Amino acid sequence: MNWIAIGTIADIPPRGARCVATPQGKIAIFRTADDQVFAIDDHCPHKGGPLSQGIVHGAAVTCPLHNWVISLETGKALGADEGAVRTIPVKVEGGRLFIALEALASKAA
Amino acid sequence: MSQKLVIIGNGMAPGRMLEHLLEEAPDRYAVTIFNAEPRVNYDRIMLSPVLSGEKAFEEIVIHGDGWYIKHGITLYKGHRIVAIDREAKTVTSDHGVTESYDRLVIATGSVPFIIPVPGKDLPGVLSYRDLDDVNAMLLAAQSRAKAVVIGGGLLGLEAAAGLKERGMDVTVLHVMPTLMERQLDPAAGYLLQKAVEARGIKVMTKANTKAIVGNGKVEGVELMDGTIIPATLVVMAVGIRPSTALAKDAGLEVNRGIVVDDRMLTSDPAIMALGECAEVGGHVYGLVAPLYEMARVAAAGLADGEDRRFVHSDTPTKLKVTGIDLYSLGDFADGEDREEIILRDASAGIYKRLVLQDNRIIGTVLFGETGDGAWFNDLKKKATDISQMRDTLIFGQAFQGGVSSDPLAAVAALADDAEICGCNGVCKGKITGAITTKGLTGLDDVRAHTKASASCGSCTGLVEQLLKLTLGEAYNPAAVQPMCGCTGLGHDDVRRLIKAKGLKTIPAIMQELEWKTSCGCAKCRPALNYYLVCDWPDQYADDYQSRFINERVHANIQKDGTYSVVPRMWGGVTSANELRAIADVVDKFEIPMVKVTGGQRIDMLGIRKEDLPAVWADLGKAGFVSGHAYAKGLRTVKTCVGTDWCRFGTQDSTGLGIRIEKFMWGSWTPAKVKMAVSGCPRNCAEATCKDVGVVCVDSGYEIHFAGAAGLDIKGTEVLGLVKTEDEALEVIVALVQMYREQARYLERIYKWAKRIGTAEIQKQILDDAEKRRAYFERFVFSQKFAQVDPWSERVSGKDKHEFRPMASVGFAEAAE
Ligand code: SRM
Ligand SMILES: Cc1cc2nc3c(=O)[nH]c(=O)nc-3n(C[C@H](O)[C@H](O)[C@H](O)COP(=O)(O)OP(=O)(O)OC[C@H]3O[C@@H](n4cnc5c(N)ncnc54)[C@H](O)[C@@H]3O)c2cc1C
Ligand code: SF4
Ligand code: FES
Repeated sequence: MNWIAIGTIADIPPRGARCVATPQGKIAIFRTADDQVFAIDDHCPHKGGPLSQGIVHGAAVTCPLHNWVISLETGKALGADEGAVRTIPVKVEGGRLFIALEALASKAA
Repeated sequence: MSQKLVIIGNGMAPGRMLEHLLEEAPDRYAVTIFNAEPRVNYDRIMLSPVLSGEKAFEEIVIHGDGWYIKHGITLYKGHRIVAIDREAKTVTSDHGVTESYDRLVIATGSVPFIIPVPGKDLPGVLSYRDLDDVNAMLLAAQSRAKAVVIGGGLLGLEAAAGLKERGMDVTVLHVMPTLMERQLDPAAGYLLQKAVEARGIKVMTKANTKAIVGNGKVEGVELMDGTIIPATLVVMAVGIRPSTALAKDAGLEVNRGIVVDDRMLTSDPAIMALGECAEVGGHVYGLVAPLYEMARVAAAGLADGEDRRFVHSDTPTKLKVTGIDLYSLGDFADGEDREEIILRDASAGIYKRLVLQDNRIIGTVLFGETGDGAWFNDLKKKATDISQMRDTLIFGQAFQGGVSSDPLAAVAALADDAEICGCNGVCKGKITGAITTKGLTGLDDVRAHTKASASCGSCTGLVEQLLKLTLGEAYNPAAVQPMCGCTGLGHDDVRRLIKAKGLKTIPAIMQELEWKTSCGCAKCRPALNYYLVCDWPDQYADDYQSRFINERVHANIQKDGTYSVVPRMWGGVTSANELRAIADVVDKFEIPMVKVTGGQRIDMLGIRKEDLPAVWADLGKAGFVSGHAYAKGLRTVKTCVGTDWCRFGTQDSTGLGIRIEKFMWGSWTPAKVKMAVSGCPRNCAEATCKDVGVVCVDSGYEIHFAGAAGLDIKGTEVLGLVKTEDEALEVIVALVQMYREQARYLERIYKWAKRIGTAEIQKQILDDAEKRRAYFERFVFSQKFAQVDPWSERVSGKDKHEFRPMASVGFAEAAE
């Protein structure tokens, strides 16, 4: 795996998110209340809403456009809605954040 | 490729059909609906509670506008189809819209029958069919004058009860000797008449209308015997006729209704008909239960699903007049081969009659006590031989076996396939099953998941008993609606406990009030954050992660992820300098759209998030602050030109509007607050549909509140008249603070006021000077912490992280 550094956990507010710009579009990096970090495409499976702008609760985010709730762990829509968004491997080492770029490349391929 | 499905009429039958169809074959059709009524699909049955004031129209909407959008359905409101061209397969509306179809569904319902007497067209003669009729009746009822209802059937009696409730003096004229003679035998009809009269409604039976009299408008009803009954409102509720003209013109086979087979197909196989306009197996229907079955059959046909056929069944009739319980089912005529069992309890006003044939129930009439209706219906449907229980049958289910007198026992003893909700055909097993498997805890849950009790509501008692039976102690019928899935507490309890326990952070609330989730959800967190901002203005640190994106970045998110920016223009007044600054910003940031809003100011749309701080920096230099167009807070104060310019102005409405806006901007409120000040009763600032409005008059300032003009339209209530501008400001501020402290999150002023009552608000804000002052001062105190321009804060670097990506990666790799 090709891990790319994207910054530190302190760059993201707890229960918040930031974006990472990539050639395939934005990736949203989330930090939960208990400091878990997740990365998913910043693109709601419903109508493409920017998930990074939603409210983070537990390990889920509510899309700001029409309130779908997306699991950060699986990328799947929770509840009655159906759809999924790509999840991207992410790891935290000593407070520094890395995402796996193969995942990016594989999407491009 | 999806086929085109066109539906004529948007009543209860096609609404239900679409629900089934969307479940079974969501993408099969591109759906277009034409509805002569200019509105969405609502529960027509519940018009009576709207008339009587027990419900508001918004509570009876079945599919809101959002539903059509969500399902990609095109709804033409206020379009009546005037022609069907079967050859070309098109329909055309009275506004000239033509739409082609692969499949067509006619669901035009019924039209009220108007008895052809002289005067039937006079203003003041109404029928009782749709919301417009109800609104017209409500308008007429404001006079508290005399009303005559012609027709003593279900609709007529519900109309009479509603009008009486609204303060009118009501007389019901019925041509037959007893009321509701088609559903009730004479004995029950007599008891019904007593019960109706006991509410102060006059009833005249054997009353044959000869004419409606009046000069230019209704003045009375003349009977065959020459009697004239004075009235300013006449409601004709003598029956309905299937609405078939359109089908007939199109050459479809029409008898009493549009003739369809048991799969709802008309004589043209591309066309279906369902609902009250359809005739199937020689029957036409006027109650929703069979119409819902038609909906199921039609949906199955359209979805190419199971081969479902319509079979006739009797539907019980109930009257939706609070306090009058009656139930009638099947055939209760006397006959050679029939026997009957009767129970009368004169002191309790109870009458029950069962009609039997070959030891089987074929008809039931219950008055005064209808709890066993479902059981009798079940016995009838299953054609159960009742000879074993003949002696106790009439006493009801609880007496079978002669043991229990527990009211729950009757419901407990019902078989799983016993029908509970007649309208929606939901049986007991389905309800108890849903309660256990889906973890339902209240009536609303059951309604949402099973539809039981969601139409006419007369089985609500039974459903509640099922909840009680299934959940035992855990069911608390008085339970309030919890804020969200994270807690069992309702908004009011949470607000009370925040104060009582001195809770000052979101984690403290969640800990002390035993939240079920670790950090709440997108529903409760913004609410809690607001409650804390409101209750502890000086101590609580606003939690931005619990705010919606708009309030977090102080701009409105758009569908493409860009933002819009609306600066304040105090009272709608601007200047050359301001306009120039806006023009410069638009040029500099290449802002694609500039629009004058409905709130008397300017919106710049399509701004990239990264540009927001720079845009604000430039706007700030020209003196602009945020317009909070995104906030649950004070939005705009619209004004008119008032005494400064207008020849009719009575006070300085522009000045007052600006004063209010400058005083109150920045405050957070449970939902948005919009205001307006008009300089005279011509009301050019539209103050009478705002959350708070002022209409200036010669003698002072008339303060209005609780208006709405969005999802609902509601004129304001008058709070009162004050003499000076200072008093007006104090009253308005106190009113808003009372609302801030009491309302539930996302509850607009008009909804809050409806709960609290205008009288209570007047008492606290107008009559009690001390209370008013205290509210006023609490508002002023909280403004110390709220009146900070969020834009300039962000220009100076606050929340930088919101506006910039964290990193950019991968661009080199992608280039290869
Ligand atoms: C810009 C504007 C339309 C326009 O171009 O004129 C507008 C635009 C929006 N309105 Fe509005 N409303 C605008 C005046 C109105 C008015 C008219 C008025 O204020 O005089 C109404 C009816 C009056 C009322 O509120 O009773 C109105 C009733 C609504 C509603 C229904 C609210 C309700 O409780 O019934 C919503 C939905 C909501 O708030 O949940 C809404 C929501 C919205 C949102 C915020 C939709 C959203 O959530 O993203 C739109 C934001 C677009 C944007 O980014 O700017 N807008 N909206 C108007 C801004 C006024 C301003 O200067 O601040
Ligand atoms: C006050 C009241 C109380 C009632 N109470 C009960 C009750 O307690 N229990 C019960 O079971 N039933 C009750 N009903 C009856 C029940 O509401 C109806 O049976 C049911 O609504 C009929 O549904 P529908 O879809 O066939 O027609 P409707 O709901 O009448 O809808 C027909 C729609 O088609 C539209 N339309 C007509 N012609 C055209 C055209 N050419 N082009 C476009 N649109 C057209 C009409 O505007 C209308 O909106 C009550 C009815 C009323 C009025
Ligand atoms: S601006 Fe208002 S009316 Fe227009 S689409 Fe948006 S919410 Fe609807
Ligand atoms: S785009 Fe996310 S919910 Fe609609």
